[in-house]
Amino acid sequence: MSVASVPTPPGAPTPPGAPTPRLLAGGPRRRRRKLLNRAMEGTATFAALAAVAVLLIVVGSVLLKGLSAIDLDFFIKGPAPFGQSGGGIANAIVGTCLLVAMASVLALPVGILIGIHTAEFARPSTASAIRFALDILNGVPTIVTGIFVFGLLVAGHVQSGYAGAFALAIIMLPIVARSAHEVLTLIPGSLKEASLALGVTRWRTVLTIVLPSAAGGLITGALLAVARVAGETAPLLFTSSIASTLISTNPSQALASIPVRIFELSESPSPSDHAQAWAAGLLLIFFVLLLNVLARALYGRAQRRMGAS
Amino acid sequence: MTADWHTDPATSMFEPQPQPASSSELPATGSPGPRPLAGAAEGAAALEPSREVRLEGLRAFYGQAEQVKGVDLTFKANNVTAIIGPSGCGKSTMVRCINRMHEEIAGARAEGRVLLDGVDVYGPSVDVVAVRRAIGMVFQKPNPFPTMSIFDNVAAGPRLTGGRRPKGLEQTVERALLGAGLWEEVKDRLSEPGMGLSGGQQQRLCIARSLAVDPEVLLMDEPCSALDPIATLKIEELLAELKSRVTIVIVTHNMQQAARVADSTAFMLDGNIVEVGPTQGLFTTPSDPRTEEYVTGKFG
Repeated sequence: MSVASVPTPPGAPTPPGAPTPRLLAGGPRRRRRKLLNRAMEGTATFAALAAVAVLLIVVGSVLLKGLSAIDLDFFIKGPAPFGQSGGGIANAIVGTCLLVAMASVLALPVGILIGIHTAEFARPSTASAIRFALDILNGVPTIVTGIFVFGLLVAGHVQSGYAGAFALAIIMLPIVARSAHEVLTLIPGSLKEASLALGVTRWRTVLTIVLPSAAGGLITGALLAVARVAGETAPLLFTSSIASTLISTNPSQALASIPVRIFELSESPSPSDHAQAWAAGLLLIFFVLLLNVLARALYGRAQRRMGAS
Repeated sequence: MTADWHTDPATSMFEPQPQPASSSELPATGSPGPRPLAGAAEGAAALEPSREVRLEGLRAFYGQAEQVKGVDLTFKANNVTAIIGPSGCGKSTMVRCINRMHEEIAGARAEGRVLLDGVDVYGPSVDVVAVRRAIGMVFQKPNPFPTMSIFDNVAAGPRLTGGRRPKGLEQTVERALLGAGLWEEVKDRLSEPGMGLSGGQQQRLCIARSLAVDPEVLLMDEPCSALDPIATLKIEELLAELKSRVTIVIVTHNMQQAARVADSTAFMLDGNIVEVGPTQGLFTTPSDPRTEEYVTGKFG
């Protein structure tokens, strides 16, 4: 907007109808400010677009390179015998599902109970100490967790699905506990008050009133933990990597898993194996994406329901 | 003593209450009214609990800060008593001490005695949970359980406080909703979510929820302050009927409301009861100058 400023001699009153000159001050300072604004905005926008672009490039390249290897056999057959092409990663799919399921059975109840403890029953100082410990546990590199479980359960024995699931559970625990705590503290105090004032005991209040209200958020936390752990490779390398090529559901022996299989396939000289690795990566990305979308949808629904109260 | 205030939550509110079990540790006070003593020599007339609440030297603290500074007050049985006073004077705190909700706040504690039917609810062997079943509470903002239907909301009390599956749940819910003046409006949609009701209906649902466990006393902490005038009127009309079944204590910052619903009114200032008496007398001819200043609107 370039309105020519009316030149008024200094000291003279502004003629009626004319805009105040000071407000229209143009000049180099204003132009530089506008330029700076545009530059900052542009940089921020560029950074955001770059992040999205990276995601698209990753997903795109995995898609391109892996799509060719996806066929029905990929899903239902185990690896082909040495030297032959074809086959699939069925054993790894089954193995991952089993490992993640067992890890969830371990980590979800314990994590939710920890969340209940820190949100409802612990003194504030105890609660923050526990949460600090959980944050540290969350930051432990997964390879260290893997070595730890290796030393605990595998060394001197054999690899097993149990050991792998245990390692995954340790990784899941802080995520579940943290999100459970946050969801439970979001429950309005008026709800707990209403229940206590009725003469309902504290633990029963938590079990029958608080937990159902927090269900959406708890499931979200569970899904996010599963998404995180489905692709963990390092802990499984030590605990459940030397697995049979047959589809196995026996956790007392090592179970194949998708991330470890990707690693193995990438080490092989055969290009069809590489293609399979890309395809397995695609499957993993898709699975994690699905879980994240589900988690967000559920959380949004839970938030809306809480907001209605 | 096992303060088993009610033996069966499903008993009708209209029938005389069965006596609470053995109350051998009654204080030797000269309190009037029937005492809940099993097999009392006073005679068969002493079956019904008196529903009288007495505060003796009640003090309430938030950490070190004393909010209620020694209150002696009697809430007559089957009467509506209003507590009025300026914001922050300790009305809500005092009322929350009656059903021991005050101690749920971290760092909060209470001293003194609160006697229900002559038994101190702060006594060493008294079960807090039983106290809260006998003394119900309705809060300022209606808070029905959001994940439950209307029926489940009212049934929550008997279900979650009774031992086994409570008998006659449907009758209990109906009686409670009738007592709260909500039955006609919701009888055809009991399975709909409780949150779908209007504000006034939600508050009456909360009243029904409290009534379903057969309390002796109902504490109401500014129950109408979040409601529109018509909903407020409905609840005020309700109080006139309800008081035949429960003793009602209502905290209100609305003096006109106190004048409309209460038999007696207590004026509280800075943690102390300044004056208490029949409502009409308190408003027209208050004895204390501070009371007069408050009711004529000079402060508050």
